[in-house]
Amino acid sequence: MFAYLVRRVLYAFPILLGVNLITFTLFFVVNTPDDMARMHLGMKHVTPEAVAQWKAERGYDKPLLFNAEAEGLAKFSDTIFYQNSLRLFLFDFGRSDAGRDIGYDISQRMWPSLAIAIPVFLVGLLTNITFALAMAFFRASALDLWGVVLCVVLMSISPLFYIIAGQYVAGKLLHLVPISGYDTGVAAWKFLILPVIIGIISGIGSGARWYRTLFLEEMGKDYVRTARAKGLPETVVMFRHVLQNALIPILTGAVVVIPLLFMGSLIMESFFGIPGLGSYTIDAINAQDFAIVRAMVFLGSVLYIVGLVLTDLSYTLVDPRVRLE
Amino acid sequence: MDRVDFVTLALLLGLPPTLFALLAVGLDAKPVILWTDALLYLLVAAVTGFVLYARRRQDLRDTWRAVLRRPLGMAALVVLSAYGALGLVDSVHFRLPVSQGEGGEVHYAGESLSLFDLMATPLREGVEKTYSAPLAITAFVKETVERADGTRVREYPRLRYGGAHLDDPSRHRADVAARALWGAAQGALVAVAAFLLLAFLLARRHGWSWAEAAGRVLRGETTLPWWSALATLTVLLVLAGAVVQLAGGYHVFGTDKVGNDVLYQALKSVRTGLIIGTLTTLVMLPFALVLGVMAGYFRGWVDDVIQYLYTTLSSIPGVLLIAAAVLMLQVYMANHPELFETEAERADLRLFFLCVILGITSWTGLCRMLRGETLKLREMDYVTAARALGRRPGAILARHLTPNVLHIVLISVVLDFSGLVLAEAVLSYVGVGVDPSMHSWGNMINSARLEMAREPMVWWSLAAAFSFMFVLVLAANLFADAVRDAFDPRHARN
Repeated sequence: MFAYLVRRVLYAFPILLGVNLITFTLFFVVNTPDDMARMHLGMKHVTPEAVAQWKAERGYDKPLLFNAEAEGLAKFSDTIFYQNSLRLFLFDFGRSDAGRDIGYDISQRMWPSLAIAIPVFLVGLLTNITFALAMAFFRASALDLWGVVLCVVLMSISPLFYIIAGQYVAGKLLHLVPISGYDTGVAAWKFLILPVIIGIISGIGSGARWYRTLFLEEMGKDYVRTARAKGLPETVVMFRHVLQNALIPILTGAVVVIPLLFMGSLIMESFFGIPGLGSYTIDAINAQDFAIVRAMVFLGSVLYIVGLVLTDLSYTLVDPRVRLE
Repeated sequence: MDRVDFVTLALLLGLPPTLFALLAVGLDAKPVILWTDALLYLLVAAVTGFVLYARRRQDLRDTWRAVLRRPLGMAALVVLSAYGALGLVDSVHFRLPVSQGEGGEVHYAGESLSLFDLMATPLREGVEKTYSAPLAITAFVKETVERADGTRVREYPRLRYGGAHLDDPSRHRADVAARALWGAAQGALVAVAAFLLLAFLLARRHGWSWAEAAGRVLRGETTLPWWSALATLTVLLVLAGAVVQLAGGYHVFGTDKVGNDVLYQALKSVRTGLIIGTLTTLVMLPFALVLGVMAGYFRGWVDDVIQYLYTTLSSIPGVLLIAAAVLMLQVYMANHPELFETEAERADLRLFFLCVILGITSWTGLCRMLRGETLKLREMDYVTAARALGRRPGAILARHLTPNVLHIVLISVVLDFSGLVLAEAVLSYVGVGVDPSMHSWGNMINSARLEMAREPMVWWSLAAAFSFMFVLVLAANLFADAVRDAFDPRHARN
């Protein structure tokens, strides 16, 4: 197990290096730092001095990959790739193009993101499993049929619609909660409740339908037939046998997204004005702050890989047949 | 291939050139083929080719009939075809001549129009001053108007185009009702004609009498659920008829802030949605197919490299990779304005690159599935036999493995479509979607978002965008379900 973990972590390095190379190519090779400087300073009437100063302030005036003028190791370390991309491995995100400390911003903004993402994830999972179980229990009945139709309809609605309709009904029509904003501490609940509910509802369609398929697949297996043949009541078969076994793919499939909950939801946070990492990313995209986008891409990749490792680990926990070699 | 097939193929492939030729002769128009247009024609040709190929293959024909045998699959196909036809009509672009020079040379308009634009000229040109509600004859906001006697009053002024034919405003409701009914009746008439044509074709094929064929269609006693297709078609035609009649005199979905017709925008957005949903797949398919099958068949270092490639790409959160790539594209386009002749070309190229970028981020899942399936297939006896007979790996990949994984490709293509259409709206909202000057549901929603705060609310832009998108995505989802049930043996049981 330990050897496996070490190997996975070592394997993560070439992947993260690849991610860095991709972002590096996108941000510094496709468009040179000069292009970016002109973009930021306004397209017209930009003096070469202003461009040079903008680049120097952000450390973009170094060579891309290889510094022929430096000595020894500095030939490689005194370059944009090393300074701006490889430093991310130490979780040293540096400063944004606007001059703020990215690491500090992230540590501040992850809490509002989590305050939405975790309830949506947990309650959503529970809701989806409940709905799926109900449809599978009453399979091939009118409830099942209309349940599936409802799921397809729900998943055909744009996530933007849920947000806009939710804001309109709960915020504007009924005045139940404020439309957008945020508060510190426990007082934040009234800003969080609506996004959380909308997040859960918009996930029901695809989630419940997918879990229903998993349940039905499990119910077609031999051990279920044996259990019924023994004369066990359907409820016992369902809740003791099918539910437990179908939870394996459901839980292991859900584990992979847990680390990514940190990243928050782009559109949700921006619509509701919640100062989380999702709206941080959107603001950075709109302000064309590439340093932040670069940092978030790296962070997202790290979290994704952590999620993959967690998935493997969770298999060994819930399924004794799986051993990590 | 029999004669009928040849005729169909010739008709479909010859349609765009013929249209262009007619336009060139009739209007002196200059054809413009945008990148996405060309790829869309290519896609239509490919689909036509596939249909003809599938007709000759017993197994494929049976599976596709199983798709269409489901009433919902049939209905979804009719809706998708309607959207597809609209998208294609909107993909024939040209530039109209504006003036004749002295030496006889013709100058062309800077703006390129599509065939659909030409058909919808009243909608396109009927620009009001600002907001107006659906089917309204007066503006949405009060204005100070000077009366003939010199007094100034604040009132809702009459619209320039919406209901301009009405001299007496009190006849407004009656006129709307009359137009809607008349249009619906026309639509129903076309539907009846389609029904008679269908009955005629079925009667000829099966040797039934007309009455018997018609009765069987209505009672649902045909092999394929024609009643479902017919019912869907009737609903579509009745709605379309009513909308066309109303659109002749009113703004059916109102107008937006700068007075543009919302119905026109929603219809123009169909093409954008279809292109994002289909071209993205077209772009990613070759990569996913070739790499996935190669990784599964060769294993060893080839497998390692390909796995590394797709793990790396899929570990970057999709939205962020798209955002990063589109941002870079924006900077590149801003720094190289000389590459684009017209605004439309620029917007079109951006749409094309958006498809490429979406394709790059979305091929990894399919690639992984294909690799897994090939790993299973390569151990099959027929592959071993082919290898023992000395067939080269390339031939085994092309002849024996690829055809047997195509059902996975097909299922993932139809499943991805609806997700991509929805993604367009979200990406446009984030600011990394299609060009802001391009008509798309995402752009409509994005620009109408702030109107929610108005009192009373301006809801029609949002309603139009969401409902057009919903119908397309719902049809795509239902069709995808039918395809998956027919092609995936694992799903057939449920």
